[in-house]
Amino acid sequence: MLLLKNGLLVDPSQDICEKADVLVVGNTVSQLSKEITPTPEMEVLDLSGKVVAPGFIDMHVHLREPGLEHKETILAGCQAAAKGGFTGLACMPNTSPVVDNEGTVELILVRGQKYGLVHVYPIACITKGQEGNELTEMGILHEAGAIAFSDDGKTVKNSGVMRRALDYAKAFGFLLISHCEDEDLAGSGVMHEGLVSTELGLAGIPALSEELIIERDIRLAELTKSRIHIAHVSTARGVEIIREAKKRGVKVTAEVTPHHFTLTHEAVRGYDPNTKVNPPLRTREDVEALRKGLAEGVIDCIATDHAPHAREEKEVEFNYAPCGISGLETAVPLAWENLYLSGYLTLPQLVQCFSTNPARILGIDRGSLKVGKVADITVIDPNLKQKVDKDKFYSLGKNTPFHGWELTGWPVLTIKDGKIIRLPE
Amino acid sequence: MGIKVKDLISMSDLSVAEMKEILTNAKAMKEILKRDIKKVPTLRGRVIINLFYENSTRTRTSFELAGKYMGADVININVSTSSVAKGESLLDTAKTLDSMGADVVVMRHPASGAHHLLGQAVKARVINAGDGAHEHPTQALLDLYTMLEYKQDLQGRKVAIIGDILHSRVARSNILGLNAFGAQVWVCGPPTLMPARIEDLGVNVTYKMEEALADADVIMMLRIQLERQKKGLFPSIREYAKFYGLNKRKLALAKRDALVMHPGPMNRGVEITAEVAECCQAVIEEQVTNGVAVRMALLYSMGGVKTNVIA
Repeated sequence: MLLLKNGLLVDPSQDICEKADVLVVGNTVSQLSKEITPTPEMEVLDLSGKVVAPGFIDMHVHLREPGLEHKETILAGCQAAAKGGFTGLACMPNTSPVVDNEGTVELILVRGQKYGLVHVYPIACITKGQEGNELTEMGILHEAGAIAFSDDGKTVKNSGVMRRALDYAKAFGFLLISHCEDEDLAGSGVMHEGLVSTELGLAGIPALSEELIIERDIRLAELTKSRIHIAHVSTARGVEIIREAKKRGVKVTAEVTPHHFTLTHEAVRGYDPNTKVNPPLRTREDVEALRKGLAEGVIDCIATDHAPHAREEKEVEFNYAPCGISGLETAVPLAWENLYLSGYLTLPQLVQCFSTNPARILGIDRGSLKVGKVADITVIDPNLKQKVDKDKFYSLGKNTPFHGWELTGWPVLTIKDGKIIRLPE
Repeated sequence: MGIKVKDLISMSDLSVAEMKEILTNAKAMKEILKRDIKKVPTLRGRVIINLFYENSTRTRTSFELAGKYMGADVININVSTSSVAKGESLLDTAKTLDSMGADVVVMRHPASGAHHLLGQAVKARVINAGDGAHEHPTQALLDLYTMLEYKQDLQGRKVAIIGDILHSRVARSNILGLNAFGAQVWVCGPPTLMPARIEDLGVNVTYKMEEALADADVIMMLRIQLERQKKGLFPSIREYAKFYGLNKRKLALAKRDALVMHPGPMNRGVEITAEVAECCQAVIEEQVTNGVAVRMALLYSMGGVKTNVIA
């Protein structure tokens, strides 16, 4: 028995945002009350001044294993997730081999369960070999444990194939996640096309290359009456396209990453390869639109697109560096500062974006601390102020543009299946 | 005096006073070039490394001669770009050269921003001899020098930069330098070769060459890389030459004493006709001579002044 005392319980699933005690018995929440009196058999945690929320879920993570263990391993990624305040994560299929077969799905599941630090939900490819041509065996992959389907990192270029995928997925109610990028329009671009790319002499990626595919995939979802989730929205127009689609009743959801709601293309000055991401960092206006999009519910959730890379891969000329930021261990304080403290989101909204909504989108019975639910819990210390130190990351990927940033609102504890998660020092 | 920043990567690293100092010193250097014995001991015992990741005859030779005329030991390293992917990383190469005691590393590299990476990794001072489509500050300095030689003052002078602005590091450095000297800069080229928001850099933009040339004091033609046509950036060489090439007829739109410049190497018959390249208004060869003088002056400012010299 585990008693969480004196915390501020924030659970949007039952409209709670008040001081309350939480009693966990076994792996489930057994009692919520203003005051629960401890008994000798209870382990008691005094969480005065802390925020207690249903476990955070990151629905966009690259764990790299199998095949790319020099970048990240399932173990290190799970540790990073737990450290970052997450109790669950969905991992993208661009491993080596890619996740287009039962064996790889099962490998990820089994290893994730073995470590037991966070729930690991594998995402499988939409197309075989992630090549954009033939559909994967979605039904079989789902039975093996795939939670959703995506050719992340690559857009399914052929609109006919994407249409068939959306159509087919409907039979099972599967979720398709789309990385939206018109690769021909993006060309050889390495950053957002604008004044900064011009000054730096770096090839630009126009915002339109993302917006065209967001529009395409939403229209295809509309045509097929299927579900689509837009990964890492980065432009103001993208937010507007999604807003309009939701008004029309299209079954579309969307996520935004912490780096896209925090940084602009100005961060690329100095050519730090840690600011190279896809989609690229955009303008101040885009950042503003993304934050408002979250506040208005147009964008449903926050996902990190945690993309760890080896040091030697990132310590190269900007043009040659791979895209991505190691994001699991900075997501919560970045959201705390840039969304909550700066007044865009209320506390319940923040928890919705990190927990309730990703659980709903993925269709998992999480994101709630109602009595009887599984006790996956995230605890945040609103007063903890500390510097980001990449050398203390559990992730093998130290590629962050936030090293040295002083942030507040850090996750300090996660509980998964009713058990406190403890990480090696 | 000398230059405050450790590395010269962009024209924006220099104050106007520093630019003027380099240009003034270049005058004295140009005198040395005219001597029988073109050598001074100013940089004796200094090591300059030319690290070239892109082919270059002009710039590399210019830096090499500048260093040698100043008395330094100059080493050339040519790294073929094709081997970059499998070869040693830039950081490792840089640290190696640094460990061997290089005082100045002059680098040309196809990736914009490569010098930022290099500069942070080495104790040696870094000079940018061209990085991708970013900057080529010594070209801008020698262009300023050449213009000032003929025009004395650039305040309000109309300078037309014509060609592939999108990929041109020469254009970017010249825009910064010319704006610092108060010139009125025009950029001209097909829209497919014009970078986004270029007007925000304080230049006038036109797609019509006639407009750029009208009453210009200086015409700076840029080299067009012929393979850009294959990427669909312009329809044909013939069409490019017709609308964006400089010939006698178009030259007449500029002021009668307008200078014709080109950073080289030229595609004769494409962006510039042979007739114009060799006319009395062309100062293209003078640019080359001035390039050596300006680089001598720069090396003097960056290679000669050291705080840790043991007497």
